[in-house]
Amino acid sequence: MISGIKNITPLHLVFTFLGGVLLLFIVAPVAGMYFNTTAAGLTETINDEAVRNSVWLSIWTSMAATVIFSLLAIPLAYILARKNFPLKNLVNGIIDIPIIIPHSAAGIAVLGMVTRDSFLGKAADLVGLKFVGNPAGIIVAMAFVSIPFLINAARDGFASVPERYEKIALTMGASPVRVFFTISLPLAWRSILSGLILMWGRGMSEFGAVIIVAYNPQTAPVLIFERFTSYGLKYSVPAAVVFVTVCLALFIIFRMVRKKKDA
Amino acid sequence: MLSVENISYKIGRFELKNISFTVDKGDYFVILGLSGVGKSLLLENLAGLLKPDSGKIFLRGKDISKEKIQDLNISIVYQDAVLFPHKSVYENIAYPLKSRGINNVKELVMKYAAQTGIADKLDRMPETLSGGEIQRTAFARSLASGSDIFLLDEPLSSLDSKSAFELRTLLRKLNREGITIIHVTHSYEEAISLASKIGIMENGKLVHVDLPQEIFKHPKSDFIAHFIGVKNFLKGELKSIPNNDLKEFNVNELSIFTLTDIDDGEAFLMISPDEISISNKTQETSSRNHFKGRITDIAPARIGVDITVNIGLDVIAVISASSLVELDLKIGKEVWINFKASSCKIYK
Repeated sequence: MISGIKNITPLHLVFTFLGGVLLLFIVAPVAGMYFNTTAAGLTETINDEAVRNSVWLSIWTSMAATVIFSLLAIPLAYILARKNFPLKNLVNGIIDIPIIIPHSAAGIAVLGMVTRDSFLGKAADLVGLKFVGNPAGIIVAMAFVSIPFLINAARDGFASVPERYEKIALTMGASPVRVFFTISLPLAWRSILSGLILMWGRGMSEFGAVIIVAYNPQTAPVLIFERFTSYGLKYSVPAAVVFVTVCLALFIIFRMVRKKKDA
Repeated sequence: MLSVENISYKIGRFELKNISFTVDKGDYFVILGLSGVGKSLLLENLAGLLKPDSGKIFLRGKDISKEKIQDLNISIVYQDAVLFPHKSVYENIAYPLKSRGINNVKELVMKYAAQTGIADKLDRMPETLSGGEIQRTAFARSLASGSDIFLLDEPLSSLDSKSAFELRTLLRKLNREGITIIHVTHSYEEAISLASKIGIMENGKLVHVDLPQEIFKHPKSDFIAHFIGVKNFLKGELKSIPNNDLKEFNVNELSIFTLTDIDDGEAFLMISPDEISISNKTQETSSRNHFKGRITDIAPARIGVDITVNIGLDVIAVISASSLVELDLKIGKEVWINFKASSCKIYK
């Protein structure tokens, strides 16, 4: 039971204070950015086609990365949740590699995989697809760094679905495919949706890996970085504010939709 | 209908060992055992959800060990995690029909829901149902899956006594209508009330399979006797007495007074040995049952001493060792046994 305000002890007060400092640590820099932006500067940035294009590029490539790679991640998550096999721990470890390696290194790794000299690059070349300096490369880089969030959330989601529901469905004449789509997936959906939102958010804000695979076309984080290095803090802040606003708005909308669905 | 031949299944340190039994069409087979003896594992082997390491299972004369689960037509109902939580009662019952591509889904859902008494709750989600309603829906769904053999894993264990009673009535009805049932439980009351045949499970083995009255009369191991905790178990005929709240339970030549609201007819009677007192002379007490008999056995029990008295049939009373000395009880001695009508438990 959650205790009411009457039961606050000195320990709770200390913890609340420490928590407040942490919240301030997150909110203050973002809020500071907004306070340091003038309306004129913001209007000018919004009217800047390069900024608008970069924001749009970030949004659609991260969504594409999430949708395309979810087709691989969700089945893998299901297998990890349901089956035991040799080296399963190793597989779980491999999935977390993108989280722990520096994202610039992740970018170099991805670049090595998709460069024209690589097998994948050559194969893609044959069908006229380019990765380097192309949205396709951005999608791959974003997916590489953000996929663990989806796999982990989906795996936990599937694991929390009692296996008995699937067994009962099988005894009722449902094929394993039908059981997956009518029982396992809907019951794990809340966790999977969380994972999709996290993956998409993480991919959209990716900078390190993306800049190495595709400096151009510029995603919003790359554009913000370029404005900062070329023109300084003053000129990069409005672009950052625009992008952060878009990210927060989308994030809030998704969370509201999810909450409504849960209710 | 179902024939199990020597199946074994190992998981971790636990093992089902050489289990064999047969179940005929229309049987109500109750497998009785404590928690953790492997009852659920056995059911999952029968349902095809687990494949036995060795042995064979024949269903309707066909070896099912190689069959796909979805082709077996065996339905399993668990104690919990029963209904699909994201589907309404209607959708739950319709699920097997849709899985098999059957056309008149709505009509059949109504039919099965009516059969199990859940037709007025079709729009409800499982989380809003009572335990009894959940199980009724699960039975309707099993009927909808076209199974004529139900595997029930402790289906009544989490229900209050009123719902459990109603569900037992429903299960008997379904059984009469032709559904063969294999029901695992740790409750001997459920076993007595439902079974046409009982199997006792102990440590992964099926140690005894027999008719209910035989199982309770002649426990084949200490485990069974201890587990069942039942010593005086009689099958007979219950009959009302005009203008009296008591009923007569007639077994052999004996007539035992009972206090019960169970309907007349064939029934089982149980008297706990500690409810029976022994005296050397007839006594005037509130007990309605007094029988004269001869002691045929005296045996130390876990607590006290078991005295077997033959009053036309053997009845066991448990008394203290000091009473044994004070009453000077010996094998062959004639004594009276006394017990209250209300200490007779009647089961149908």
